[in-house]
Amino acid sequence: MDRRNFLKMAGSGAVIATSSVSGTVQARGNLPVSDQAVGMLFDATRCIGCRACVVECKDINGMPPVDASPDAPWDNAVDLSADTLNIIKAHKSEDSDEFSFIKRNCMHCVDAGCVSVCPVSAMKKDPVTGIVSHDPDVCIGCRYCVAACPYNIPKYEYDEAMGQIQKCQLCNQKGVERIDNNQLPGCAEVCPTGANIYGTRAELLAEAKRRLAATPGSRYDYKLNSIDSIHFQEGTVAKYQPRVYGEFEGGGTQVLLLAGTSFETLGMPDLPEKSYAAVSETVQHSIYGGFAAPAAVLGGLLFLARRNINAEKKNAEQVKLNQKKEEDKS
Amino acid sequence: MSEHQALTNRKLFTLPTFILAVISFIALVILAKRFMYGLGAVTNLNDGYPWGIWVVYDVVVGTGLACGGYALALIVYIANKGKYHPLVRPALLASLFGYTLGGISAFIDMGRYWNFYNMFLPSQMNLNSVMLEVGLCVTAYCIVLFLEFAPTLLERFKMYGLKEKLDKLLFVFIAIGVLLPTMHQSSLGSLLIAMGYKVDILWQSSYLMPLFAILTAMTMGFSIVIFEASIVTVGFKRHSETHLLKGLGKVIHTLLAVFLILRFGDLIMRDAFSSAFTGSFKANMFLIETLLFIVPLVILSSSKHKNKGSSLFIAAFSMLCAGALYRFNAFLIGWTPNATDTVIYFPSSQELLVSIGIIAMEILGYILLVKLLPVLPKEEHA
Repeated sequence: MDRRNFLKMAGSGAVIATSSVSGTVQARGNLPVSDQAVGMLFDATRCIGCRACVVECKDINGMPPVDASPDAPWDNAVDLSADTLNIIKAHKSEDSDEFSFIKRNCMHCVDAGCVSVCPVSAMKKDPVTGIVSHDPDVCIGCRYCVAACPYNIPKYEYDEAMGQIQKCQLCNQKGVERIDNNQLPGCAEVCPTGANIYGTRAELLAEAKRRLAATPGSRYDYKLNSIDSIHFQEGTVAKYQPRVYGEFEGGGTQVLLLAGTSFETLGMPDLPEKSYAAVSETVQHSIYGGFAAPAAVLGGLLFLARRNINAEKKNAEQVKLNQKKEEDKS
Repeated sequence: MSEHQALTNRKLFTLPTFILAVISFIALVILAKRFMYGLGAVTNLNDGYPWGIWVVYDVVVGTGLACGGYALALIVYIANKGKYHPLVRPALLASLFGYTLGGISAFIDMGRYWNFYNMFLPSQMNLNSVMLEVGLCVTAYCIVLFLEFAPTLLERFKMYGLKEKLDKLLFVFIAIGVLLPTMHQSSLGSLLIAMGYKVDILWQSSYLMPLFAILTAMTMGFSIVIFEASIVTVGFKRHSETHLLKGLGKVIHTLLAVFLILRFGDLIMRDAFSSAFTGSFKANMFLIETLLFIVPLVILSSSKHKNKGSSLFIAAFSMLCAGALYRFNAFLIGWTPNATDTVIYFPSSQELLVSIGIIAMEILGYILLVKLLPVLPKEEHA
C-alpha cells in the first residue's frame, strides 16, 4: 500500500473514531435522587454531645470500644475508624469560645464516589432507598473507595491479616436490616434531643428549610427520632448557617446537616455541585464509550504494524540476498 | 540467524548479583509478614492514606518507568523507524519486568487479594470504574509483553518452527501492545479525577489528567531506553549507541514541550499557578518537579548537547525523575487526606525495603537474562 492509500485509511479511521465518540457519549450529569431515598437530618444546634448514638451504633454493628483502658473501660474513639462507623466530634467555633458538635458518618451520597470507582461493584447504591452498601465477599481491597470518598468514610482494617472495608450502611446491611423491618437506624433511635432524625430525604430537606426559615430565638417543636414521629421536644431556634449541607454538595447527600457554625470549622469539605463521579465517568466514557475509539485505534495500529513488519522482513531478505550475491562474486 | 546475542562469555554470579539477591530476599521475608499479619504490620498506611508507596511507586511510577517497550514499539513498528530495532529487545525485557512486578505489587497491596478474580467476572465488573480499566488492561499487557518477548526465548531454545509461527502473528501482539499501555497509562491519570479536592490544586487537572499521564508515560518510556542503553554500554563495556539515542532525544524534546505548554496552560487557566509560590512543602515539591522537567528541555534544545552521549544521559535521567516526581506529587505528596488535613504518612522502613527489593529483583533479573538470552544487539567484534 502506498502512502496516499495509507493516509486515506488513517483519515477515515480518525473520522470513525471521533464521530462515534461524539455520537454516543455525552457528559454525564449528577445522578438523580430516588423519590423514596431515605436519610438523616443532623442539627448541630440540638446536639448535646452525649454520644448515645456512638454507643448504639457500636452495639448494633458489633464493634469493639476503641482505646478503652482499665481506668476508662469505655469507648474513647476520637475519630471514625474501621471500629467506629459513627462519631460525635467537638469543634471550637471560630468567632466565639463555644463548641459545636458534629456527627460524622456515611453521607449516603446521591451520586456516590465510592460506588462509581469500585472496580468489582462491591459498593452499591440501592435504587430505591439510596443506601450505599458494601459487600466484602466481592471486594478486592484496592481501597479506591477510601481514596475517592470526599468525606473519608470507608475504612480498611489494616491491623488484620484478612481485613475488610467498614462503613455505615444505615443499619440495613445483611443480618441487621433495620430499615427493611421498619425500624430506625440505631443512631436516630437513641438520640434524646432530636439532633439526629431519620426520614425520606425529601421530607428531611423540607424540615431543614423550615428550621432555616424560623426566627432565631422563637420556639420550635423538634421531632424526635424520625420525621413522622408523634414525639417532639420544644426548643429555641438557634442562629443557623443559611445552608443545608448536603442539598447540593458533591451532587447532594441523603444525610443532611444544619449547623450554627460554619461547616468548614466542623471539618466538612467545601464541594462543588457537580459530583467528582460525574466528571470521572464523563472522561472515562468519552474515551471508552462503546469501545469504539479503542477499536478504531487498534485497527490503525494493526494495519501499520503489519505493513511495517512486512517491509522490515523484505529489507532483511534483500540484505541477505545482496550479501550472498557478493559472496558468490568473490 | 539472529541479530542478537546473549552475553555468554560473562560470569553469571558476580558481587553485584549477590547483593541484589540479598536485597530481594529481605523484601520476600517482609512480604511473608504482610500476608501473615496484614498490611498494617509492615506499612504505615492509615485511615487518611489508603495508598502508599507500594501503589504509587511500584505500580504508578514503576509501570511509567517500564514504558520503554511501549515507546519503542510505537516508534519502530508504528512510526516505521526501523533503525531503532536493536534497542527493542532490551527495552521489552525491562518492560516485562517492570509490568509483571507492578502487577504483583498491586496484588500484594490489595486488602482482599483472594477476591481479585472478581475483576474478571463480567457480572461484577463496574464499567464506570477507572480502576477496572487499569486492572484488566495491565493484566492483559503483562501477557502481551510476554508474547512479544517470547521470540527471544524460542530463539534461545532453538524452537525455530514455533518462532516462525509466532513471528507471523507478531504484528497483532505489537498493535495490542501499543494500544494497551496507551489505555492504562492514561487511565492512571484518570484515577485521580474521582478524588477531587484530595488531589492538590497543583496536580488536579480533571479532564486533562489522562492526557498528562500518557504524555509522561511516553517521555519516561523514551528516557528509560536512553538510560538503560547508556548503563549497559558503560556497565558491560559495549559500543556506544548514542547515534540511535539522540533520535529518541528529539522525540522526548517534542513531547516534553507539548506537555509543559499544556501543563502550565492548565495551571494558569485554573488559577492554580499562584499556589506554586506559597513556600509550602507541596509548592516547593512542585517547583522541584518543574525544574526537573526544564533540565531535559534545555539540554535537548541545545545544539551542542543534544547529540552528546553524556548530556543525553543527564537529560533522560532528569526526565525520569521529573515524570516520577510528577506522579508522586499527584498521588501522594500533594494528597489531602481529609478536609481538615490532620493525618500524615511516611513509608515505614519495611515498606521501603519491599519497594527497594522489587527494584533489586528487576535489575537482578535483567542482568541475569541478558547473559542467558539473546537480548542485546550483536556487536561486530565483541
